[in-house]
Amino acid sequence: MQIKPILSALRQHKAGTLLIAMQIALTLAIVCNALFIIQQRLAHLSEPTGIDEPDIFVVQNEWVGKLSTSQADARMQEDLRAIRQLASVQDVTPSNSYPLRGSGWDDGIRLKPDQLQDTSGSTVYFGDEHFIDTLGVKLVAGRNFRPEEVAPMDMRYSLSPPVVIVTRALADKLFPAGDALGKTIYLAGSPTAIVGIIDQLQAQSVERWAAAFAHRSVIVPRRLAVSLGAYYIVRARPGQLDAAMRETPRALFAINPRRVISDKDGLLSFAQVRDRAYERDRGMAILMGLICVVLLAITAAGIVGLTSFWVGQRRKQIGVRRALGATRRDILGYFLTENLLISCGGALLGVLLAVAVNLWLVVRFEMNRLSLAYVLAGVVLLLLLGQGAVLAPALRASRVPPVEATRSV
Amino acid sequence: MSGMFVHNLKLGAASLRRNPLLTALMIMSIGFGVAASMVTFSVFRAVSGDPIPQKSARLFTPQIDNRGPQYNRHGEPPDALTYTDAMALMRAHRAARQTLLFMVGLSVMPDNARIMPFKAVGYATHGDFFPMFDVPFLYGRPWGASEDEARAPVVVIGRALNQKLFGGANSVGREITMDDRQYRIVGVIDDWNPVPRFYDMFSNGAFGDAPQIYIPFTYAIAQKIDTYGSNSCGSVGARGDDWDSWLRGECVWVSAWVQLDTPGQVRAYRQFLDGYAEDQRRAGRFAWAPNNRLRDVTAWLDYEHAVPPESRIALSVALGFLVICLVNTIGLLLAKFMRRAPEIGVRRALGAARGDIYRQFLAEAGMVGLAGGLLGVLLTGLGMLGVGLVFEPAVAKLATLDLSLVALTLLVAVLATLLAAFYPTWRAAQVQPAWQLKSN
Repeated sequence: MQIKPILSALRQHKAGTLLIAMQIALTLAIVCNALFIIQQRLAHLSEPTGIDEPDIFVVQNEWVGKLSTSQADARMQEDLRAIRQLASVQDVTPSNSYPLRGSGWDDGIRLKPDQLQDTSGSTVYFGDEHFIDTLGVKLVAGRNFRPEEVAPMDMRYSLSPPVVIVTRALADKLFPAGDALGKTIYLAGSPTAIVGIIDQLQAQSVERWAAAFAHRSVIVPRRLAVSLGAYYIVRARPGQLDAAMRETPRALFAINPRRVISDKDGLLSFAQVRDRAYERDRGMAILMGLICVVLLAITAAGIVGLTSFWVGQRRKQIGVRRALGATRRDILGYFLTENLLISCGGALLGVLLAVAVNLWLVVRFEMNRLSLAYVLAGVVLLLLLGQGAVLAPALRASRVPPVEATRSV
Repeated sequence: MSGMFVHNLKLGAASLRRNPLLTALMIMSIGFGVAASMVTFSVFRAVSGDPIPQKSARLFTPQIDNRGPQYNRHGEPPDALTYTDAMALMRAHRAARQTLLFMVGLSVMPDNARIMPFKAVGYATHGDFFPMFDVPFLYGRPWGASEDEARAPVVVIGRALNQKLFGGANSVGREITMDDRQYRIVGVIDDWNPVPRFYDMFSNGAFGDAPQIYIPFTYAIAQKIDTYGSNSCGSVGARGDDWDSWLRGECVWVSAWVQLDTPGQVRAYRQFLDGYAEDQRRAGRFAWAPNNRLRDVTAWLDYEHAVPPESRIALSVALGFLVICLVNTIGLLLAKFMRRAPEIGVRRALGAARGDIYRQFLAEAGMVGLAGGLLGVLLTGLGMLGVGLVFEPAVAKLATLDLSLVALTLLVAVLATLLAAFYPTWRAAQVQPAWQLKSN
């Protein structure tokens, strides 16, 4: 295929050529970045929490009236016993929060009492001796809490548990040598000993500000006993989540109706918790996906439109070429190559634009740098799109009969 | 002139009908581009608007650094105040109006035994809150300074709560029970929920449902009603083990707002804040130079990054999308107009001026733009239904297709298409009559 005649023909259609190239460039810039954003968000929202999600649900129990710490604790213990007696329930643990809740208690950890800056941030989860079993997290070193270590606590008290269990991520951050077990750390200023290490437990927030300590969690042997209430994290027996979610509130109201379990978010399966935590990420991925699809469709339509116009304009020349011995395949090849040339030019500009757009996103929204694979994928996608779009008009061109050369419009 | 305009429209319509495929492509291109921009714009408009335009430059939130350079974040004081500092500002009373506030969540126990207790969320605040923020009252009035002082168990309730408890009737003077305490209703406010909730960015409810209860700050403290919102204790170590040490401690959990009507008042208030911090330093509480902030509503929302980054990204991408749709339209219009070069040549030869060609083709483009705009309105409407898929529900429900958005959609579509039509029209007008006649 000769490229020179194509180039000189394109020079006759500068404006159209430029417009298609520009459209391809802009589309490439947006599609690359959109695909990249989709991938980032999907990676974020498929991060594992470390807990046995399918069987877990959470009850937010809020008491009516003002209760002392001991009253609130006694009522909570009563609730936990009742929940454990349900046939559909395997275990339950009370806590101040749970992974992906959105917000909760975060605090700093230091290795020495007189240290000025925190060694690490951490998510603080309250839990009793049932915490590990209920959430289905794996204890990889040390031991679980003993019942006598677990004590009730008011939210406003200073936090000073004798022992804590930490995640492996936190243990590795604090003690890179791998000897965290048994060590003393300072949590919110108070000394405490690490007695156990669990495999993984994600933080409450999935937002960017919490990313630094996303898996650095610490579990304190405390029951949050306040009149505002607490969360009951419940693990249903396998396959009995629905039954357990029905029976638990009923059992709780049967013991004591002076409580509020909100219709809106008082009872959430972990699947719902996950949905809520990541709705922004999911939404962004959907939006970017939609934009990509419509954008590619519009660009393809634009190419079809302009190429059809060119074909219509050049019917006579095509006829002459056919009359002079060019085959249908030659004509087809001509238009495909023409499009490929324009697309390559557009793609070249598009790659630069894509990188520029990404740099802007990096600076403005603290996003990650675009990986080259996405740029390449975008280029291939657009070249294929161009070839696909030009196929129909090009085929029509190839069917122009040689006799067209003799017609005057 | 108008007759000519109608004639041009007729010519345009005929031409559009002659090339239904190209016409449809253009209309769709404009429609999709405009709709994507409008949907994301409506969300952006909802989350980035000024929540209290009539007063945003006169309302300020003071911040006082009680942590010092070693522990504060990037040199900024915390986003809320300690109880100690908040009370000091209230006592000093240096502004025309001032209020403190923190979020409360109380269990409402309806007299009607068939309604289960439920949670009502709102604020513990001062009487100044209502006139300061122009809160609209349906019935009754705010409580006054005397009730603040007397720590009176009074409450202002929201329209939704009044509907739920009293069927919407005037409930002023009646009592409600919340967490075993009796409150006398002094006022019922109309739907009022500025978005973002600038006055409480600290507790993470920027786009939440409208608060339904407001009780006196002084009463809440006297009754030891704990905050339902956030608190931040920084790295200050021990917290104490009772209510008094919580109040006296260095955790921040109270937001403060002052109304300052003139630049002079603002300056004076800044000086007052610095003087206060200096006093605290002398008293040995702070070991650092005064580090205070006094931001107005706009600066505060900006500092708190009130606009979700998602909506900014979405808007930027949608605008990029619109640009591509326009480039696409330029190309298609060019193809469409140049295909009619012979016709233009004939018209020019028969005496049509360049201006006539301009008018004819711009009229045609305008029609394409209008049709694209109508499709855009339709798609925007559809997009509004699906906006919940893309943005979190609290934000998504703020986006509405109102009359101004419909008008804007049409306007953007027509203007954008006319803009896109300039080059193709110019090319069409350059067609030489003689050349066209000769070549055919």
